[in-house]
Formats: sequence, C-alpha cells, structure tokens
Amino acid sequence: MVLKMNGYRLDKTLETHIEAEGLKEEVHGRHPMDDLLRTDRLPHIWCPGCGLGTALTCFLSALRKSDLDLDRVAVVSGIGCTGRVAGYVRLDSFHTTHGRAIPFATGLKLANPELKVVVFSGDGDLVTIGGNHFIHAARRNMDVTVICVNNFNYGMTGGQAGATTPIGGITTTSPYGNYEYPFNVSALAAASGAVYVARWTVLHARRLERSMIEALLKPGFSLVEVISPCPTGFGRRHRQREGLDTLRYYHEHGSIRHGADLNETDIGLGGALVEGKFVDVDKPTFLEQRTRRLDQALSR
Amino acid sequence: MSRANRDGVLSGEFFMQGDIACAEGAICAGCRFFGGYPITPATEVAQRMSERLPLVDGVYIQMEDELASMNAVLGAAWAGAKAMTATSGPGFSLMMENLGLGIMMETPCVLVNVQRGGPSTGLPTLVGQGDMMQAQWGSHGDYAIIALAPSSPQELFDLTIHAFNLSEIYRTPVLVMTDAEVGHMTEKVVIPPPGEIDVVSRRKPTVSPEEYQPYRVAPGEWVAPMAVAGDGYRIHTTGLTHDERGYPATADDQAQWPLVQRLIDKIEKNRQDIIMLEEDSLDDAEVVVVSYGIAARTAKWPIQMARDEGIRVGLLRLVTVWPFPEERIRDLARQVGAIVVPEINMGQIVREVERCAAGQAKVSLVPHPGGGIHDPQKVLEAIRQAAGHGVEE
Repeated sequence: MVLKMNGYRLDKTLETHIEAEGLKEEVHGRHPMDDLLRTDRLPHIWCPGCGLGTALTCFLSALRKSDLDLDRVAVVSGIGCTGRVAGYVRLDSFHTTHGRAIPFATGLKLANPELKVVVFSGDGDLVTIGGNHFIHAARRNMDVTVICVNNFNYGMTGGQAGATTPIGGITTTSPYGNYEYPFNVSALAAASGAVYVARWTVLHARRLERSMIEALLKPGFSLVEVISPCPTGFGRRHRQREGLDTLRYYHEHGSIRHGADLNETDIGLGGALVEGKFVDVDKPTFLEQRTRRLDQALSR
Repeated sequence: MSRANRDGVLSGEFFMQGDIACAEGAICAGCRFFGGYPITPATEVAQRMSERLPLVDGVYIQMEDELASMNAVLGAAWAGAKAMTATSGPGFSLMMENLGLGIMMETPCVLVNVQRGGPSTGLPTLVGQGDMMQAQWGSHGDYAIIALAPSSPQELFDLTIHAFNLSEIYRTPVLVMTDAEVGHMTEKVVIPPPGEIDVVSRRKPTVSPEEYQPYRVAPGEWVAPMAVAGDGYRIHTTGLTHDERGYPATADDQAQWPLVQRLIDKIEKNRQDIIMLEEDSLDDAEVVVVSYGIAARTAKWPIQMARDEGIRVGLLRLVTVWPFPEERIRDLARQVGAIVVPEINMGQIVREVERCAAGQAKVSLVPHPGGGIHDPQKVLEAIRQAAGHGVEE
C-alpha cells in the first residue's frame, strides 16, 4: 500500500482522514523516537532519499543517550530543509529567520544558562547567509552545539549554488559548473575557535551519533558537520539519481581520519571525503570567561 | 552608581544624558538583557548597559551586527528575559526583518532608535526624524506596531519603562523612536524609588503542558500567556504563518487571516489604552501644531510667540506616534482651520495627519531634512500663514 512507503507524502485528504479516524498509528506504526517528535506534524516535508531523516534520528538518539534534561534543551533552526528540524522535535524549538539561528540561540543561552541550546540548520543558512554569526559564535566560544547539515546546495528553493558548492558543481544557478571557491565548514569552525569539530556523512550513522553526544556534552562552541544527500537538488545532477547512489558514493570516497589536518579536508567533486573528529580541545566558554572577568573586576 | 538599590534602580535626581536615562529606564523596567552593536548616536545606551547590567545580574553582549542584535534580543525574550537593543538609522534598517520575526512570534522586547539624519550613512552625529514611517512599514508584510516618541531625557526614561510594559502586555516588540537631540541632551532626570515605578510582566500559562497551546487566545483576550524555553512546555514557534499550536500552516490562507488580523487588532483595538498625547491650549485654538519628539519641544517657543501675537494656536504632541491617534486628529480637524506639522524629515507623519484631517482643515508641513532642529522663525511663519496672518507668497 502506497501509504506505507517511507518518506512519501500522504495525499492531504487521506492524511486528514487518517488523523480523524485515529488510524495514523496503525498506518505508520510507532517509532522508538516518537516521544521526541511532534508526531502530529508528520509526515515531514523531506524528499525521498534525503539524509535529514538519518541526521535527525541520530540527533534524537544522541539526545537520549546524552542524559540531558530534555525540558532544558532548546533547538533553534533557521530557514531551509534542515531548518524544518525545529518544527519536528518535541522540545522547546524555534524556527527563526534565514541565517539567524545562531544569534537567536545566543540570546536564549545567555538569558538562561541552564539551557542546552542546539542550533540545527543547513549549510546555506549557517555559513552562507549566516556566516558572520557562525564565525563570531565560534570566536566567542559561545556555549551552543551547532549541527550543520551540508548538502552543498540550497535544497528548499530548488537546488541553487551556495558557499559550500564544490568547484564544478552543477546547480540551478551554476548550470555551467560552479567556479567559486567553497567554504570548508569544519575548517571554518576550527579556524574561528570551535572547541569541538567533527564531520560525518549520514552513512556513518553510529559515528555521527557518537559525535553528536560528544558535542552535546562539550562546553563551548561545538560543530558537527553532517554530509548529507540531496538527490532532488544536487545528487541527480552529479550522477547520483537516488539517495542510495550518494550513500554508495560516501562509502567509496569516505576516508576516516581523526585529527586530520583541516587544510586537507576540503571537499571536491569526486575527491576523498575526509571525515572524523577533527578538533576536541578545552577552552573556557563565553560564560566562564565572562564570570571570571566580572568576578575579578567587581571583586565579588 | 553606588546609590542603586537592590532592584538596580538608581533612584534620585540626576543631570543625565538622554541615552543614559534610556538605559536606566530599561533597568527599572526589569530589562536584564541587552544585545547591541555600536552606532552613533545610540552608542551611549550600549555603553551604559555594558556597565550597569553586570551589576544587576543582567547580560550585556555586543553582537557582530544589528541582525544578530535583534535576534539575540528575541532569543533572550524567549528564554524569559526582558530584553532590549538600541540603534540608529542604518542599524534600524538591518533590524527590520527580525523586527518582523518578533512581531510574528509575538515576542515582548524593546527596540530603541536614536534617529539621525539619513538616508544611508547620512548625518551620524546629527538629529533626524526620518525613520517614522519605517517604524510602521519597514518590515515586510502587514502588522501594527507601537512607537513612542520622547522629547526629553526624562521622558526617554519614562517611556522606555512604558515601552517594556506595553511589550509585555501586548506581546510585541515596542519601538522607542527618539533622536540624536534627545539622546545626547543632558538634563534633569528624576528616577523614583522602585516602589513607585509601575512594572508589568508577561502572563505565564497556568494550564498543563499537555493543554497549553502557545497561540491559543482566550475569548476576550488579545494574546496568549507565554511559556518560554526551559519552562517544560516544549513550545514551538516560527516566523511562518502558524496555527494556535505554533505549527506552520502555509498551505492556504486559513490560518493567515485570523493570525494577521489578530496581530493588527491586538494593537488597533486597544488604541485608546495605548495612545498618549500631550495637549496644550487646544480649547480655543484656530490653529494646531501637531508634532512629536524634539520637533514638538522646539515648536513650543514659536507657539508662544504666535500666542503673544494674538494667534489662537495650540499644541498636540504625539507621545505615541503608532498607533496613530486618528480620532483626535479627526476631531481637531473639524474644530480648527489649520494644522501645522513640523517634523525633522521631508514629510512623513504629515501624511497621516492629512489622511485623518480629510480636507476638514488645511494641513501644512514644516520640513527639515535632518542635521538640526527647526528654526523657530520658520515654525512661527508657518503658524502665521496657517492663521491667515502670514505674508502671502
């Protein structure tokens, strides 16, 4: 039955019918993560073959294993496909404007330091339009965990080029191949002062989850870059018609190198996809620095 | 500062700059978060906050730009803080998108604009009132806004407190539209003891998290009680058009109508409670000067000169500029022959006055492009002209 096909959107009237008849659970079944999801918002909007489902599952699983008080976890997203994550998690969650999730998260954290604040957004949102906030939050060692799902293009608007699109990448706004040098998201975070930086493809789900746990528990600015298929916007223009083709690509090109020299982790079309935990250092956070300085200056 | 009491209120009489009075007003109102970016002539607000907030367990953070400042303020408000930023023209422009986010998410906070001459970088150190229309129309889409226009450091202090109260009552960003003249003016400012300052705080939900919906408004009310991050309510909010649960509802206009209508109505239908006016000598007036902020203050002298000449002229000072006091202007237009509008721009609020006067009274603008206050003679001449006593041109 079509309804059971994972990832496909249900026909609207059918959806209403299913909800009204209380059939949703019967049709979809219970998922172990359901209590962390706003199930009344499902099915999600993501395309078949998209990696966001895996990224979100890893995140929810990491949250559970991290033992954080879930009433004190806030998730902030910007705009885009990944930006929809905030709308699906059953946590305090904020879907903000394009590029501005990090400063919103900064306000949340500083006004209530008891919160664990997670920014979950895409590459276009976080390092293209929001690049300034990304580097400054890392510079401050602001106590937020940033999960950046990088699919090398703007998916929601129909597959345009962005600051992460590899040289030669074909998108709807680089029809002759991208000729701009891209950002290396992990290297950018590390260079800006992040204390924890890891990169995994969604194929490496267990390692991804492990890094998410570490990032969640790491005081200061932590980044997990999640390399993720976008068959609709990017993959199909690069001989990866299905999400599975991209996963196969990850399997063939993935190269796990913990502590790699970040100068050697740039992502190019057809080249090695270096993954691993790149940075894990200890440095006082913004709040620790602030407390220390004020205590000293105000002799309290 | 040693005189600040436990609430952080610096009670007493001071010779105080407007921008500093603004910061002190914010602290009196309970503001404990300031996210800002330095910009003349609003910098002193940030400087004062950076010094004062750590003394009252508040947080000052200098953000990387005004986009970040506005968002940090919204984030802080959603973590339960009373939060503020202060800026001027270029920064105000950068804040517009996220002012809209604040309105859409119904976020209480205060945005102070110490206006300077524009457009663009314009006159960084000199006065302007050229952002008055931007205040109401600068962010995209339809909304209503509350904007207050102080005309002295004392009033900047008082209205900053009031702006916080209004923002908490109506769950919306409130604008304090001051200017370089008032912001940089040093004058007597009286800060009352904390017990004499009215401070309002947002309503919190009393129902269980299971029952709570962040945008379900009870009958007879205009806004929902506000749960914030960490309260255990697991709220969701978005800049997208949303339903009562805060969930996106973007397939059609079904949620759009009630949402946008309520965002406007919660301010428009409460205009009588929100609007504050100062009126002087209007009973027998044949001419009325309608103005706001520093322009209204400087108009007082030419009004007195005109009175001395026997012209029956009065003053209507708009303490609240938005929502616009339509009813009062309409009534006055029926009573007086002419309305004179001095403002430090090339004609903004005068358009609203013309709209409300609807041809019942002659409306004339006394413009100024910014960079100084009005020459009193020009305002006097406009009053004479309006009264039919002027030299025909």
